[in-house]
Amino acid sequence: MLDPVEALTSAFPQAMEDTYEFRGEITVIVAAENIVEVCRHCRDTKGLEYNFLSDVAGVDYYPQEPRFAVSYHLYSMVHNRSLRLKVFLPGDEPELPSVTEVFPAANWSEREIYDLFGVVFTGHPDLRRILMPDGWDGHPLRKDYPLGYETVLFSFNFDEIDKHKPYARE
Amino acid sequence: MSGLQDSVWAGDIQQLKGLVSERALNGETIVLNMGPQHPSTHGVLRLMLELDGETVVTCVPDIGYLHTGIEKNMEAKQYEKSITMTDRMDYLNPMGNNLAYCLAIEKIIDLDVPLRAQYLRVLLTELTRINSHLVWLGTHALDIGAMSVFLYCFREREKLQDIFEIVSGQRMMTTYFRPGGLWRDVPEEFEPAVRDFISYFPARIEDYERLLTDNPLWLDRTQGIGFLSAQDAVALGCTGPTLRGSGINWDIRKALPYSSYEHFEFDVPLGQHGDVYDRYLIRVEEMRQSLRIVQQALDSLPDGPFRSNNRKYVPPPRSELGTSMEALIHHFKLWTEGFRPPEGEVYVRVESPRGELGCYLISDGSPKPWRVHFRTPSFIHLSALPHLAKGYLIADLVGIIGTIDIVLGDADR
Repeated sequence: MLDPVEALTSAFPQAMEDTYEFRGEITVIVAAENIVEVCRHCRDTKGLEYNFLSDVAGVDYYPQEPRFAVSYHLYSMVHNRSLRLKVFLPGDEPELPSVTEVFPAANWSEREIYDLFGVVFTGHPDLRRILMPDGWDGHPLRKDYPLGYETVLFSFNFDEIDKHKPYARE
Repeated sequence: MSGLQDSVWAGDIQQLKGLVSERALNGETIVLNMGPQHPSTHGVLRLMLELDGETVVTCVPDIGYLHTGIEKNMEAKQYEKSITMTDRMDYLNPMGNNLAYCLAIEKIIDLDVPLRAQYLRVLLTELTRINSHLVWLGTHALDIGAMSVFLYCFREREKLQDIFEIVSGQRMMTTYFRPGGLWRDVPEEFEPAVRDFISYFPARIEDYERLLTDNPLWLDRTQGIGFLSAQDAVALGCTGPTLRGSGINWDIRKALPYSSYEHFEFDVPLGQHGDVYDRYLIRVEEMRQSLRIVQQALDSLPDGPFRSNNRKYVPPPRSELGTSMEALIHHFKLWTEGFRPPEGEVYVRVESPRGELGCYLISDGSPKPWRVHFRTPSFIHLSALPHLAKGYLIADLVGIIGTIDIVLGDADR
């Protein structure tokens, strides 16, 4: 049984950005462009064998930058332990390679993140909206998307709100 | 910034490109809409089917009809006020959803839960599992044409809901588990009611089995249908009875015990063939095993407090409010401002009747969660439906939808 942090650091020294542990859960922060290789390495390396992808979840850290994050919760049925891979994505229109070729289970989870956060997964076989209607405008789980009411307009947030207001523009 | 623009669907067959095969586009196969109001889709699931005669070529599930934005709403509420919304996700497993959410909060705070509360949580989630399996068995059999089972299952479910009403005052949306323990201790009538249920329920399971297990019609409709290999089950993220039906021994209650499941003895039934019939046998056996756990939990139920004594996170007993200034302050703070967990993120998984129910919770140190995400088994299992249904007859599709035991509230949240 290998230590996941050590194994990943030696295999991908350039892709590892940070690791931390909280309440016994290990989180490894990985560079976005390497996520597919890191997932494949976690799944196929003897001693790691994270063969099961439990969940993929998006997070919006607005107004921080990098703004978006995607968390992958891997689990190893062989060694009975978990690992969280986390990817940070800068900007308002983030892009990330899809891991569906490694873990087919990620298919709908990635569609959900695309639908609710607007993260585009390149290489996804069927990237359509899944929970919201096809013609919906905006991504509801973004922090700057109001919860069913109009945000109050002040001088300090005028530009931010104006950017998203649905009216005709030149 | 919100609102529906023009509907995308304008009746143009070319828009189906990529979803269905080329044969559908030039008219060799039929594209048929099933649902969302179809009785055997267990709620509001819509399927777009491509059929070659009666054989399913492709099946494209369309969900979201029950999407209520629970995750978004939770970000706007204090931790404790969101528990009511977890009930409404998987409405056949309200106690299990409460448990996943409470365990996540307790893990992020590192809050203690008294043993009595842990045992009662186990007892009630196992009763909820039986409740959920009863609804599953009844509707699954009804879909396939065995109508009488439905009536018997719902008769017993009624008794279980009476028990939930005894403890929480509600039959379905119980909101009984709270961070640090339970809403209140179980009342006196609880124990006799559960003992009564334990006494007659094993014979009722025999009754269901007598109606179905050796019934040639049932065997015809379920054996060799909806095959799922062990490898595919893991790759597609299947969990719970759907995974175990393919012979993989992974039960979160055994692998990663939570809420003192390690104190109880029970077996994990496994299938051999990975078909609809094996998954039926597993769920029926799971009801027996759940009953075993209920029996053990009731017999060894410890005395003691029913919720944690950590006043920074758990409200004080009502009786103290009139005499203790401290209690009054804590009560006021908890119900106005809420509590502030430390910054961090946790992922907690529990074994729901359908499979792995995960709760991913991120706290930024404020009284409201920064992000709550639920990994729901119905959502993942529905994504495996196209793989399961491929090549079977349209009549079998109804059995295959039943066998993955979906709840659309769970899938859409």
